[in-house]
Amino acid sequence: MPGCWLKDKAIMTIDPVLLTVIEKGLQQVCTEMDIVHEKTAFSPVISEAFDRSNGIYALDDGSMIAQGEIALPIFIGVMQETTRSVIKARDDLEDGDVILVNDPYFGGTHLMDVKMVRPFYYRGERWCYLSNTGHWPDTGGMVPGGFNSTATEIHQEGLRIPPIKLCRRGQIDSEILSLVLANIRVSDERIGDIKAHLGALEAGARRLTALLDRYGRETVEEAIAELRRRSEQMMRAHIETIPDGTYSSVAYLDSDGVVNEPLEVRLEVTVKGSDISFDFSKSSPPCAGPLNSVWATTISAVYGAMKHIFPNVPMNSGCFVPIHVDEPRGTFLYAEYPRPVAGCAAEVSQRVMEAVFLALAQAIPDRLFAAPAGTSGNISLGGYDPEEKRHYIMYYFSGGGYGGWWRGDGISNGCSTIGISKSQPVEILEQRYPIIFDEFALREGSGGAGKYRGGFGVRYRARLLRGEGKASFLMEHGRFGPPGILGGKPGAPNVIRVCRGGNVIEPEHISKGEGFVLKPGDWIEVQTPGGGGYGDPAERDPALMERDRRRGYYADQSETETVD
Amino acid sequence: MSTISIGVDVGGTFTDFLMFDTARREYRVAKVPTTIDDRARGFLQGLTELDADPKAIDWLVHGTTVGTNAILERKGARCGLITTRGFRDALELGRRTRPYAYGLSGSFEPLIPREARLEVRERLDAAGRVIEPLNEDDVRAAVGKLVEMGVESVVIHFLHSYANDEHEKRCAQIVRSLWPNANVIAGHEIIREMREFERGSTAAIHGSIRPIVARYIESVASQLSEKGFRKELLVMQANGGMMAASVVGEHAVHTVMSGPAGGVLAAAAIAKASGFRNIITGDMGGTSYDVAVIVDGEPVITAEKDLAYSVPIRIPMIDMNTVGAGGGSIAQIDAAGMLRVGPESAGSFPGPIGYGRGGKDPTITDADLLLGRINPAAITGSDSPAPLDDIARILEEKIGRHLGLDAVSSAAAIVDVAVNELAGAIRLISVEKGHNPRDFAMMPFGGAGPLHAVAIARELGIPHVLVPRFPGLTSALGCILADVRHDFVQTVNLPLASLDRAEIDRIFAQQVEEGHALLAREKVEVEKVTVRHEADLLYRGQSHVIRISVESPGFDPEASIEKLAEHYRARFGISLSEMVPILVNVRTTVIGERESLDLSLFRPQVKGNVDDARTGKRSVFFNGEWMETDIYRRDLLPADARFDGPAIVEQMDSTLVVDPGARCRVDDIGNILIDVG
Repeated sequence: MPGCWLKDKAIMTIDPVLLTVIEKGLQQVCTEMDIVHEKTAFSPVISEAFDRSNGIYALDDGSMIAQGEIALPIFIGVMQETTRSVIKARDDLEDGDVILVNDPYFGGTHLMDVKMVRPFYYRGERWCYLSNTGHWPDTGGMVPGGFNSTATEIHQEGLRIPPIKLCRRGQIDSEILSLVLANIRVSDERIGDIKAHLGALEAGARRLTALLDRYGRETVEEAIAELRRRSEQMMRAHIETIPDGTYSSVAYLDSDGVVNEPLEVRLEVTVKGSDISFDFSKSSPPCAGPLNSVWATTISAVYGAMKHIFPNVPMNSGCFVPIHVDEPRGTFLYAEYPRPVAGCAAEVSQRVMEAVFLALAQAIPDRLFAAPAGTSGNISLGGYDPEEKRHYIMYYFSGGGYGGWWRGDGISNGCSTIGISKSQPVEILEQRYPIIFDEFALREGSGGAGKYRGGFGVRYRARLLRGEGKASFLMEHGRFGPPGILGGKPGAPNVIRVCRGGNVIEPEHISKGEGFVLKPGDWIEVQTPGGGGYGDPAERDPALMERDRRRGYYADQSETETVD
Repeated sequence: MSTISIGVDVGGTFTDFLMFDTARREYRVAKVPTTIDDRARGFLQGLTELDADPKAIDWLVHGTTVGTNAILERKGARCGLITTRGFRDALELGRRTRPYAYGLSGSFEPLIPREARLEVRERLDAAGRVIEPLNEDDVRAAVGKLVEMGVESVVIHFLHSYANDEHEKRCAQIVRSLWPNANVIAGHEIIREMREFERGSTAAIHGSIRPIVARYIESVASQLSEKGFRKELLVMQANGGMMAASVVGEHAVHTVMSGPAGGVLAAAAIAKASGFRNIITGDMGGTSYDVAVIVDGEPVITAEKDLAYSVPIRIPMIDMNTVGAGGGSIAQIDAAGMLRVGPESAGSFPGPIGYGRGGKDPTITDADLLLGRINPAAITGSDSPAPLDDIARILEEKIGRHLGLDAVSSAAAIVDVAVNELAGAIRLISVEKGHNPRDFAMMPFGGAGPLHAVAIARELGIPHVLVPRFPGLTSALGCILADVRHDFVQTVNLPLASLDRAEIDRIFAQQVEEGHALLAREKVEVEKVTVRHEADLLYRGQSHVIRISVESPGFDPEASIEKLAEHYRARFGISLSEMVPILVNVRTTVIGERESLDLSLFRPQVKGNVDDARTGKRSVFFNGEWMETDIYRRDLLPADARFDGPAIVEQMDSTLVVDPGARCRVDDIGNILIDVG
């Protein structure tokens, strides 16, 4: 057995090979939980869009020991915050208990991300926590799917579940279950999702027991401590390459959906030696609409941004140690009850990441990229299809351009920075819903000019064929395009157009709006942002400009990347 | 009946040959360097080495990477696209992804550049009804532009063509009349499945390689016939079947990834002959490790693979999963002081330090050399022995110094980490497909597969390892064993409960007819033709399908509904009876079965006993200590020979490492069956 001969030599400090082996072993426990979760879940958001996460968290403070790699980046820091909150709130946990929670103020995101936390016992003793989260397609509230843009308190957004025991000593509490199911839409499918959550935790418990049996509890504990130290060391090594200093940036949100004024994420980053601090305290105060962010989401967005900048740092709580985020109390990035938060995970988090990118681009431009489109582009269309004789709700999200980077142009139609989910094909959407697309195209001219230009957003127009429909939008970057860096130009801002009875209107809040009633023949058009440009456009290789012209990327003269 | 069959697998570095002569009950093997500039030359040289008279060859089956490489290196033919107005960017936009989960850098070039993607007015809805008729003037204008650009092939790809192919057909007719050329491809001719990006990408792959693959196969075929070869040259496909060279152009996309598919097909056949129906195969190459799962004797076929980032391919292929590390994977210490193996690879040039071609980074192969697992005096493609001193020095400097280990312990650490990582990856692949690895036997192949198979199997709790007679020639053997095979798919997308069952039978019948017609055109002598029907099902709201086998004529929707329900009960323990089951695709496979070859040909003919095969001893490092280890020559091992680990078995194409505690036996058809202990 590989590795075992090393153990036999009774080495005092942990052997380097065993360390790597245990690191991979812990990672594989999480991956196996992820696989069980996604293969058994009924929610397509979990099974296909990977909107779920599973991990192992420390006994004392819930800090991350390991977490699955193929999950949404936004969950990097959230899960340990959730687990931490549960540890604080419940001192009555027993073997076989599973806590259910989706309360955003308890270390969460939006209500749709439902979490479960299970204390893990090894040989009769509590050893750590296994936790997971999965995005449920609905948790009740004023709009199906939960992505509202006009709520003014959380109670409008859906069912809020504090940390309660869903399972007691291995048995599901049927009364809790019926209460939850009575308050959400399409509840019959959620039973499948609940079983998927529990199945993943069970798989994790089984694999973790096997790992501990094999390498021994003390060795594994020693390895975890050492891995944490190594991860911290690696993050510190990266931070040390950033010149000391203070770097500031601002990222803007169009509006909160209720009050039509921009919100500001104001960031000051201070780098000193191998420590980095993030101060958001000058950001806008809490807002009326659902574009507030809870603390767990804000801090997780910072961690996610750092992981995007330094992708090779192994993920455990060690890599967070040198990253200091001051609690931005009194701002919209530290929302407290009863502020609405539906837009925090999908949109606000991306503005937080953008602020981090823009600040650090000033310090280490050779490892950064201009701002990406940075919006999930959520749209929902609900109605009744008289031909199929059924009600439908379509959720769709779209990508946009990535920023130019140190060695090339940005990717077009890239995924949101907090996500990894693919969008649905036009042919599938047209199969399922009474709509037809006039186009689904690369949005010419949308990539910000630069030595390396931004990638392009998309432009699509969908026309309602039958019945009456109602459209809602929760998007961002409509007022201001994603900024360029080092002299690069911003990408084009998001555009929404709705045509009703031949009249084209744009939502008052530009990138957000609810309740647009559509009749057959009416259409909606979305143009997603392009990425920002990297570097002075005058330095762009003429051959690349010629290639871009040949490809018709800048067909419209007003958008040409030629510089005066 | 006496037949001479030859399988030829052209890989990146070597071209492998395996010949079966059933009359004389013998086989021959050969391995020659692949001639990159003119692959046909190496092909013919190999035949000479086999001493095979082209006139006497009955079956000559060829696996080629020409198409795969053209796509991976973006060296395909210049291809143009004619598509639905408003959708020319589908190939460039993809499905909203990025190359890596973390990091926002990276680039992507679509297979067909934007200037060569032209739009025409036409539109169908999801039911295949015409919303806007095809504008034929637009088509003519587009052809003019593309021809002027100098494209070598034209792909026609319209929205919802899987539901109604009339527009694509008419468009192709116009293009062919204006530009008479074999390289005009209508997407529905390749696949009839929904999802415009995936279908378009598959058609674009086909368009990009059709001229290249056809040219190459024609050149080989004509040179063979000049030498007197009288039969039809056959070409391997990714589905594990083969086809006649005469139809390879129109099916060029099916040659992609056919080499590894042949290997898995052979593995399945060998294992079945040895009494193992469930196996996991592991093929260790220079840069990667390919894993396939064989359940109940049949390789699993999938139609959902990506050839590269944002280059999906939707043809039926033997399900292959590329993981972890290959022999050339580089070991290094990362910034956290952790030992990492891969993903960077030394490739084939300069390759590992041990190849003596200037490699300066320690690889898995170097670790195996230093530990005595590979014979340093017998490096394939090198005349001089491996520079062990260099390996030791570099290992100590780049690895050992940071970990407090000497060179040998560093090498052992690299092997341990690699084995652990591969085993973990294999575990996850099996779990993902709903299997427990303990229920399988492991079959390593490829030159390096058997080096670590016992260790990997132990790590996974797999009790047996079955090592084929020629691990390095498995793909060539697959060529010999393959049947002629063609797959057809048609998207239907209707609720099972209410569809017209006669209509489904009609689609199946049409697919069968197409298959028979194709077999007739191929003029391959097959013993019998078998037909399999399958259906892809899901519940409305889901988008991943479950494939089940069905009967036709007499297609029974109720039975299909029950099979889908049973799948969910068995795999996930849930019942979804309130959901609406949908028939997404109907699939037909038409197989022209050849005379089956008797694998007992591999039964060792050598007399004598196991001691005669023992050619020496060398020190090999196992479990922290050097052990005097018996070295066996594979070709001298008699049938039923038994020996125990530690042992090394060497042969022309591969090296097998038998760890201490494992017990080996040579079975009736020449495989080494290892009880890993």
